[in-house]
Amino acid sequence: MAEITISGLRHSYDGDLSDPSRLALKGIDHVWRDGGAYALLGPSGCGKSSMLNIISGLIRPTAGRILFDGRDVTDLRPEERNIAQVFQFPVLYDTMTVQENLAFPLRNRKIAPAAIARRVAEVAEMLDLGPLLKRRASRLGAAEKQKISLGRGLVREDVAAILFDEPLTVIDPQVKFDLRRKLKLVHETLKLTLVYVTHDQSEALTFADQVVVMSDGEVVQAGTPEELYERPAHAFVGRFIGSPGMNFLPCRFEEGEIRFTGGRLSAPGLRRLAGQEGLSLGLRPQALQPATAPTGVEAEMMGLEDRGHYRIADVAMGAVRLKMRLAEGVTAPQGRFPVAFRPASTLVFAGDRLVGDLADAQA
Amino acid sequence: MHKLEDNRAWLLVVPVFALVAFNAVIPLMTVVNYSLQDIFGPGQRVFIGVEWFREVLRDLTIQASFLRQVAFSALVLAIQIPLGIAIALLLPRVGWKSSLAIILIAIPLLVPFNVVGTIWQVYARPDIGFLGRGVNAIGIDYNYTASAVSAWITLLLMDTWHWTPLVILLAFAGLCSIPEPYYQAARIDGASRWAVFRHIELPKLRGVLTIAILLRFMDSFMIYTEPFVVTGGGPGSSTTFLSVRLVNMAVGQFDLGPAAAFSLIYFLVILLFSYVFYTILKMNEGEP
Repeated sequence: MAEITISGLRHSYDGDLSDPSRLALKGIDHVWRDGGAYALLGPSGCGKSSMLNIISGLIRPTAGRILFDGRDVTDLRPEERNIAQVFQFPVLYDTMTVQENLAFPLRNRKIAPAAIARRVAEVAEMLDLGPLLKRRASRLGAAEKQKISLGRGLVREDVAAILFDEPLTVIDPQVKFDLRRKLKLVHETLKLTLVYVTHDQSEALTFADQVVVMSDGEVVQAGTPEELYERPAHAFVGRFIGSPGMNFLPCRFEEGEIRFTGGRLSAPGLRRLAGQEGLSLGLRPQALQPATAPTGVEAEMMGLEDRGHYRIADVAMGAVRLKMRLAEGVTAPQGRFPVAFRPASTLVFAGDRLVGDLADAQA
Repeated sequence: MHKLEDNRAWLLVVPVFALVAFNAVIPLMTVVNYSLQDIFGPGQRVFIGVEWFREVLRDLTIQASFLRQVAFSALVLAIQIPLGIAIALLLPRVGWKSSLAIILIAIPLLVPFNVVGTIWQVYARPDIGFLGRGVNAIGIDYNYTASAVSAWITLLLMDTWHWTPLVILLAFAGLCSIPEPYYQAARIDGASRWAVFRHIELPKLRGVLTIAILLRFMDSFMIYTEPFVVTGGGPGSSTTFLSVRLVNMAVGQFDLGPAAAFSLIYFLVILLFSYVFYTILKMNEGEP
């Protein structure tokens, strides 16, 4: 168990830090609380796997320090860091049985055979691998194989953290749910710090207490799933999380009002934004609803997408296309129709950064 | 599903049968034909059954050649397979150094067999060859035309120079196909270099090593050109391998009947050995 602190982390695969735009990681400071379940979320190539490999010690960062409970481990090798890491594809020692696979990290550390047998039995019990112990690991299914990969990390009694690098990629959808629940259970039992890398937002949001969103080598926001969804700190988070993602409506602030093509909203509280360039309104699809009476904002219906228990309307407001999630029982509007904004969910962004919402602007 | 039966379908496979017949069956049956007859001249032939086979199997010089051949192949495999794997492990996996190393290593494979023989014949000569003179200069008595040990060392060195690159290339390709996470997981598991080799690299090389062992076995068991050029089967008969003996019999003495029987036995032995190797190597195969 450990609190993992990352400070001033910068990394370049060719070791050259002079050109910031080419860095894989561009200056990250973050603390992974002891015992927390974290998801590291971001699109492919954003640096999340690099970050994971730096925590486990597979990559040595070009600059910055990694601390486990305040102890500097930057220069320690992976086997000295007491990290369990599970990779995207199951990594097994093909010629060994399940039992031998689980015992392997302990054997390498010259632990007494009796202690190895006891630990292996405990871990096998926890991961439901007991009946498979004598089987050849290479003949098992992907889900069992991933459990063995995890088990190899857990057998060490001093494990500080478990790192997952998209571990469910090769797992069948039906089994995914079970395995994810098992992972959560293991986490709750062992109270280990857990970092889970994924590009799948639903996986991240259901799995983690804290989601760290990365984009282009930087941490753009860290928070609970609700915070990320309700109040994305950066336009990237708004777009990346949610399906469909957040709508962005370019706007200006003039004379106590937010003005955009298609309408205007009163927002005297946002006077500090007057004359500023690059403003936009961020709206979750359910923050927009068709209104029965005129609201001063109008949109035109362009298309409707039925997603089973809800519908997504594609609407045009001037040149901007927005997605609107229609509540159940709401009749889909036709042609031009008035639009209602939910003030607390209407966020204002300046240069992609969240600066406020319409609820406090109107107060 | 209703199954259509129409014997005219056989017509469709006739071209393949014809091709295989001219390609393999007819030449092979010609040899079988020779092996069962005593031929005195055109039109003068007697069917003698398996007499030539008996004679070949009883021939002490052929038995000696067979043992020599087995020893040679065993030594070739024992030297070239581990050496090939070891060199492949040392090669850089990426970058221009890797490409350059592969090109340099592959060069011996491009040299024609009899040229390899000629190169080594000259290179190892004790009077004018660089290797031969050098070894003698440091006080080791080395002469492949006079000493059987020298002759064997020369042939093994030459074959190793010529064919280890094949093993290296195959092993290298196998090593390159091992995904990086295997090495990463091994580091996290605290595996030693030896454990990585024993539990990751060697099992993953199994497929390519099966091919390497089969190819090296078959080639070394059939070796002809190089000993023919370098030692001519000598000194004495110390490097008279099976194919050298066979060619002497068929072309030198023109004993077509025994030579045909010899060829068939030779062929069956290689087939049998290859099958045994293959079965052993495929046993306990990791992947389903």
